Amino acid sequence: MGDSQYSFSLTTFSPSGKLVQIEHALTAVGSGQTSLGIKAANGVVIATEKKLPSILVDETSVQKIQTLTPNIGVVYSGMGPDFRVLVRKSRKQAQQYYRLYKETIPVTQLVRETAAVMQEFTQSGGVRPFGVSLLIAGYDDNGPQLYQVDPSGSYFSWKASAMGKNVSNAKTFLEKRYTEDMELDDAIHTTILTLKEGYLVFLICCFCLIPLFQSNLIEF
Amino acid sequence: MSIFEYNGSAVVAMVGKNCFAIASDRRLGVQLQTVATDFQRVFKIHDRLYIGLSGLATDAQTLYQRLVFRHKLYQLREERDMKPQTFASLVSALLYEKRFGPYFCQPVIAGLGDNDEPFICTMDCLGAKELAKDFVVSGTASESLYGACESMYKPSMEPEELFETISQALLASVDRDCLSGWGGYVLLVTPTEVQERVLKGRMD
Repeated sequence: MGDSQYSFSLTTFSPSGKLVQIEHALTAVGSGQTSLGIKAANGVVIATEKKLPSILVDETSVQKIQTLTPNIGVVYSGMGPDFRVLVRKSRKQAQQYYRLYKETIPVTQLVRETAAVMQEFTQSGGVRPFGVSLLIAGYDDNGPQLYQVDPSGSYFSWKASAMGKNVSNAKTFLEKRYTEDMELDDAIHTTILTLKEGYLVFLICCFCLIPLFQSNLIEF
Repeated sequence: MSIFEYNGSAVVAMVGKNCFAIASDRRLGVQLQTVATDFQRVFKIHDRLYIGLSGLATDAQTLYQRLVFRHKLYQLREERDMKPQTFASLVSALLYEKRFGPYFCQPVIAGLGDNDEPFICTMDCLGAKELAKDFVVSGTASESLYGACESMYKPSMEPEELFETISQALLASVDRDCLSGWGGYVLLVTPTEVQERVLKGRMD
């Protein structure tokens, strides 16, 4: 296909109107470990599988789910190091917002700014796109919210979503089990079931946000 | 003469029961000469938030333009109006940015926050916030204003009484200050309406 001639330069469109590097970034995401999130009536839960290459790895040092502010958390599928860089940038933006307005940043604003960073890396010279898709979960004055941000910088609000390996099975499962008035406990239960669908599970990280603006990180 | 006394100004804000009032004088001078008698010092940010800027008139106008710019962008991005406390933090940050070449203004911010709770604050030209539960003053007539407000203020006044009090306090104070006066402009804001009134005092 003519596209392959355009696959090495990020900042050149292919004749079919695609930026092939971004397509490749999405492939990198698609081969990463599954992560998913569900928005309940009174909170949001995001989870991922924490599969380690060997039993000798100190599992406490691996953090696949991070907080960006006390009431916003994020999980990823794709390249771990890229995730760390984005977390660092997003945390800084959240703090800059607080410094200016003395008010915690709303979820939509943080998502917008993170997506803007990811978009920058698809239009600058000498850089490559981030090889991660993020699921950002938060609770603010507009209630519980769940957003997915892609390497291209586009973002979507979801009621429930999955990313990474096995995503089509996971989404089908979520479509069947999701209800509008789910409580947080039901959502956690559904999350675990969805993750179990794919694999023999070794370790899962779960992250719950409840209306009291507390975030709980549970590992089991 | 200090740069803060170049144009002359008086601004005061008071808290009432689920309402607030913000008032200013109307004189614009160039040192001893009066140049205008209808100068606006109190500006609207949105329906429930007002800012009065005393001090150098050019800085007051420029600062107001910058603040309105920031607030309009905030409204577009966040799809909501700024809360008074948030706006006060923004003004403070903007003023401190110019720490070593400041705007020669002392803002007075007054607004209705969540649950129609009135909020007032003032700050110096570098952004040091001063919150108050009763009244805040600024301008060349500030010393007289402090005295007048302290003696005339009562907590939880109804809108009509608040209007009377703030008008009397303003007119009495600017009479003691040669650089401010030529009438007054009072804005009374309640959860349901905004009343603007122009006062006629000693026109000197």
